[in-house]
Amino acid sequence: MKKLSYVILCFSAVLLSSSVFAKDAVNASDPEITQVTSQGDSVPPYAVSEQLVVEGEKLYKRRCGGCHSLDNNRIGPRHRGVYGRKAGAVVDFRYSKALRNLDVIWTDQTLNEWLVNPTAFARGTSMGFRLKKAEERNAIIEYLKSLSSAPDSSANAQ
Amino acid sequence: MSNNSMILSSRRAFLGATGKTLSATALAMVVGSNIKTADAADASQDIQILNAAIALEHEGIAAYQIAATSGLLDPAVVDIGVTFQGHHKGHRDILVKAVETLGGKPAEEKSLGAYAKDLKASTLKNQADVLRLALDLERGAANAYLGLIPSLGPDYHQVAAQMAGDEAFHAAILANALGQPIPKAALMFG
Repeated sequence: MKKLSYVILCFSAVLLSSSVFAKDAVNASDPEITQVTSQGDSVPPYAVSEQLVVEGEKLYKRRCGGCHSLDNNRIGPRHRGVYGRKAGAVVDFRYSKALRNLDVIWTDQTLNEWLVNPTAFARGTSMGFRLKKAEERNAIIEYLKSLSSAPDSSANAQ
Repeated sequence: MSNNSMILSSRRAFLGATGKTLSATALAMVVGSNIKTADAADASQDIQILNAAIALEHEGIAAYQIAATSGLLDPAVVDIGVTFQGHHKGHRDILVKAVETLGGKPAEEKSLGAYAKDLKASTLKNQADVLRLALDLERGAANAYLGLIPSLGPDYHQVAAQMAGDEAFHAAILANALGQPIPKAALMFG
């Protein structure tokens, strides 16, 4: 009896700690980046690799173009400016509850984790599409980054 | 062994056995309820993904409707487009049934005007423009289905793969109509 209780206790502890660690991983983005708010056209673009951006544009069309566009909401929300933005923040798109409640800023790390397995990243999301190849994820993220504005350093300093 | 010690010993044995029985029952209840919760969560997750697929099919149906009534296509091309649209309607119906079977509410279609805006239909000037749009959508849909299979419950793997096959078939016809070369590398989708 004691042994069984001990096993159940240990199992619960492992489950609890793994869920806490998972939450930490989601919130582990750079604190400066998490302060990013809507940026205007006057702020500079992110530094990107031109070669990756070219590759990413082609891949974006093939891998994401079934459901997404840059400037119009379709099956999924529009993507221009998504990098550095909070998840679930396109005001005129109807998100799943999972995305509305997701406290994440889209960065290299979070976008990568999302594209590896969106339903593990945000259980209950409508997006089931997984992008298996790391090099494809990197290129697409770089492309999306090229279409977003970098945090305004003067705004961050205030 | 005295009577007292015999009573204590049998009580311990009884409590031990009862405890084991209760623990096993409690554990089974906990596990059972967890399985039920997991099943419900899995169904709910499947509904979300299947509804996204329904939205994809709604858009495909609308795209072919916009194309067929654009006045930009030869009659023979319209016929092919209408046939492809029929496939998408077939997909939609299967997906709607699946969502309803899981206890969900199927995604509703938007207005034709909304789809025309989303797809920038006003920029289409000739038949080749229409075919390119259709090809992009079909390629995207084939990739979308292949990419979402691992996230879906196993009951829906085969039907999603079948739909990906249909979209790939459409894409091949459209690419051929546009005179695009046959891809050299294998694994063209997914």
